[in-house]
Amino acid sequence: MMTKTHKDYKLKVAGLQKSFTLHNRGGVHVRGFTGVNFSLHCGQLLALSGPSGVGKSSILKTIYRTYLPDRGSVFFQRQNGSEVDLASCPESRILDLRRREIGFVTQFLKILPRISALEGVAHPLVEIGVDEEEAKERARTMLERLGIRKELFGLSPLTFSGGEQQRINIARGIIAPKELILLDEPTASLDQRSSETVLELLAELKCRGIAMVAIFHDQRKVEQIADTCVTIERQEQ
Amino acid sequence: MLLELNNVSKIFGPGCSRCLQETGEDSGGAICPRCSSVVAVNSVSLAVKNDEILGVVGESGSGKSTLLQLIYQDITVSSGEIYFNGLKEKSGARLNIATLSAAKISRMRSHEMSMIYQNPYLGLNFNFSAGGNIAEKIIGSGERRYDHIRERAYFYFGKIEMPASRIDDYPDAFSGGQQQRIQIAKALSSSPRLLLLDEPTTGLDVSVQARILDLIKALQHEMGFSMIVVSHDLGVINHLTDLTLVMKDGSLVEYGLTDQILEDPQHPYTQLLVSSKL
Repeated sequence: MMTKTHKDYKLKVAGLQKSFTLHNRGGVHVRGFTGVNFSLHCGQLLALSGPSGVGKSSILKTIYRTYLPDRGSVFFQRQNGSEVDLASCPESRILDLRRREIGFVTQFLKILPRISALEGVAHPLVEIGVDEEEAKERARTMLERLGIRKELFGLSPLTFSGGEQQRINIARGIIAPKELILLDEPTASLDQRSSETVLELLAELKCRGIAMVAIFHDQRKVEQIADTCVTIERQEQ
Repeated sequence: MLLELNNVSKIFGPGCSRCLQETGEDSGGAICPRCSSVVAVNSVSLAVKNDEILGVVGESGSGKSTLLQLIYQDITVSSGEIYFNGLKEKSGARLNIATLSAAKISRMRSHEMSMIYQNPYLGLNFNFSAGGNIAEKIIGSGERRYDHIRERAYFYFGKIEMPASRIDDYPDAFSGGQQQRIQIAKALSSSPRLLLLDEPTTGLDVSVQARILDLIKALQHEMGFSMIVVSHDLGVINHLTDLTLVMKDGSLVEYGLTDQILEDPQHPYTQLLVSSKL
């Protein structure tokens, strides 16, 4: 499953396919996507594009193993130089990779209603051992940069507007960046100014060698930030 | 591997040679059609690593609690092996804890494994004060000096956010949620490697439930023990666990990452369970 290699890519997706069988709907078979191939280097952002419902989010979820692939491989180069196939490796290894090397910024904020915006953004730093006060200081800087008003820092983000929640979500996802980050519509509900800030932050991550696979609803964003774009075609059912 | 179960089964009743084959999810029930025995756990194998948090879900009667009781040796297995924490026989072979004597089970529970029950009457001695309950566990783990025992009892009482002034009160003077917190303090006071939780918040109101789950999560993060959490509540499983196994009619029907089980369930029963979420 895990072998020492010297490949030059960070992530290589080969022949990835996913479908869903709905047993409680008479065994209906729903095709997700088929034959997805791409590779990605450190410091690159790869954009997935294509019409709604074509399976872009499903591809990200399959790479992250929230969805189980039907077939295909997702080769990931670990920090220690070894290669692991995310499509077939044991669950315990996926957990380990999620803790240390692979992050996912979803479209929607998932946070406990009892946690303030500041604590929520500082938490990923505390998780990797950063002192709590320093983590909060860095979280403040990140929130200010994303244009979140100071009076909101101590409140639950679940009371925020959609755009503010989206910015909290991004802040949480990139404040302690993993080597590979999957981003599902990170700028979907943001105004022009906030979107620009997010793209600046993503560009900084690229400079730090972080590899990213992202979905943007706006093709202009893709042209602005992506190094490669993979178009997912609609499959006939 | 911290815990490993190999083909563990538990049969209540006389049992017969066909019990395991003729029950389970494929057979549509846990009652043997030949001898009417109840096969509460049918050939379950699983493994838990250090630091992992495993959830066990399934409907009432699926064998979830029995599985925990087998691991904790509250009841004995009918067949199969359970290996825990690298324990070995004198010969050097792995020790099947299902064969341990009562004294050795008691020692294992005092040092390495703790259980939190849904019913506080099972986890607490109501004839002892809250502090006395915690002290009992600390003494069991080998501590003999009174001042050390008292100090550790206060430490864990503080961990569950209870005022020190209440340490000498008896369990029946506390609310249901507070009794659960005292169970947590008692269970953790021996610094176990594995914590078993059987429906730890069922029956508590939602605000108390949230506080207890947050507390368990924070203490797990701080102390780094592994957990197996039995719950019929998918919200609890989603909040606490990394991995989930699904049981039906005593059999394990699906195992995976918790987010995968909830978002991309494979087995028809898991799909039904997830679609029943409110």
